[in-house]
Amino acid sequence: MRRRLILEVVSASVVIAAAGLGVAFFSLSGRTHINTNTGVVAVGGPFTLVDDTGSTVTEKTLASKPYAIYFGYTFCPDVCPTTLLDLSRWIKDLGPDSEKLNYVFVSVDPERDTPSLMHLYLSSFDKHIRGFTGTPEQIAKIAKEYRVFYGKVPTDDGGYVVDHSAIIFLMGPDGKLVTAIPYQENDASALAKLRKLAAMAPRS
Amino acid sequence: MRYLSKLALAAVLMVAAVPAFAQSSIQIEKPWARATPAGAKTGAAYMTIDNKSNVADRLIGVSSDVAKTLQIHEMKVVEGTMKMREIPGGLPVPAGGSVVLKPGGFHVMLIELNQPLKAGETFPLTLVFEKAGKVSIKVPVEAMRASHDSMPGMGHMEMK
Repeated sequence: MRRRLILEVVSASVVIAAAGLGVAFFSLSGRTHINTNTGVVAVGGPFTLVDDTGSTVTEKTLASKPYAIYFGYTFCPDVCPTTLLDLSRWIKDLGPDSEKLNYVFVSVDPERDTPSLMHLYLSSFDKHIRGFTGTPEQIAKIAKEYRVFYGKVPTDDGGYVVDHSAIIFLMGPDGKLVTAIPYQENDASALAKLRKLAAMAPRS
Repeated sequence: MRYLSKLALAAVLMVAAVPAFAQSSIQIEKPWARATPAGAKTGAAYMTIDNKSNVADRLIGVSSDVAKTLQIHEMKVVEGTMKMREIPGGLPVPAGGSVVLKPGGFHVMLIELNQPLKAGETFPLTLVFEKAGKVSIKVPVEAMRASHDSMPGMGHMEMK
């Protein structure tokens, strides 16, 4: 009888511990949430990466214009091509205003995404979109600066996919967050945000 | 007499079995795959799976010679983060209902493509259902487009 009681207490503790872990996991996931309405979250910062032509790039490379920056990877079958196709369509719709902005696709899969693969991949999208990649450490740093969550998830076939933020950040010419375009935003709203960003471009 | 009753029982069983068999049909509507960007090693196939039977079924496997590995995935955006996972135990298809595979939701992920998917081409795909068995289809490849605003059939689960 006493032994059974102990067993019950032990199993109850296991359940409580598991629930605690669950809560911890959820609060960790919640940490990556970015409130796109306030626009006051400190997103962005210095970085050193390599672009899809093999040249070294830093935050200063983008400093001349406001920019749209998106984190993804070429192995991504669904959300990345969808987002890059959306962005390509919006760039076209912006017309001459499109020249007032920079557009960057940053890889969260630096092991597979070499500069030449990024270059080839981006040839299928609007020519304004540049690809940035780097060492795993460099990518970890820029992801931290932009508060971007990403994480490898192993698949059954021995490969992996990468969970990542599905948000396009719209950054001012000063490198600070202005607003963001969440995944599958409607065209009118996304275009309005991009036009507003283009209006922030310094007159040349 | 005993023989006759057995025969009658057999007849009743057959009559009962035939409609169930005839109705366990899975129909695949509007299959398509998006043409892949240059250099892409993966792709995705989309479709609507209609279950005309009164028995719930489940898509448990997919095969094709278009890619080395095929998996049934669910894509979800949770608090701005894209999470893509293989669906454990397969994709349920409700009795008399349908499931829509579309960008931003369920898809058949094609991993390590043997060649790029080009608009205008088609490739064969075999779907394996727990109850209905194998269903072979041809998947047309469509030009690259975002498609979530131009494809009919929104919503993950559409009950008819």
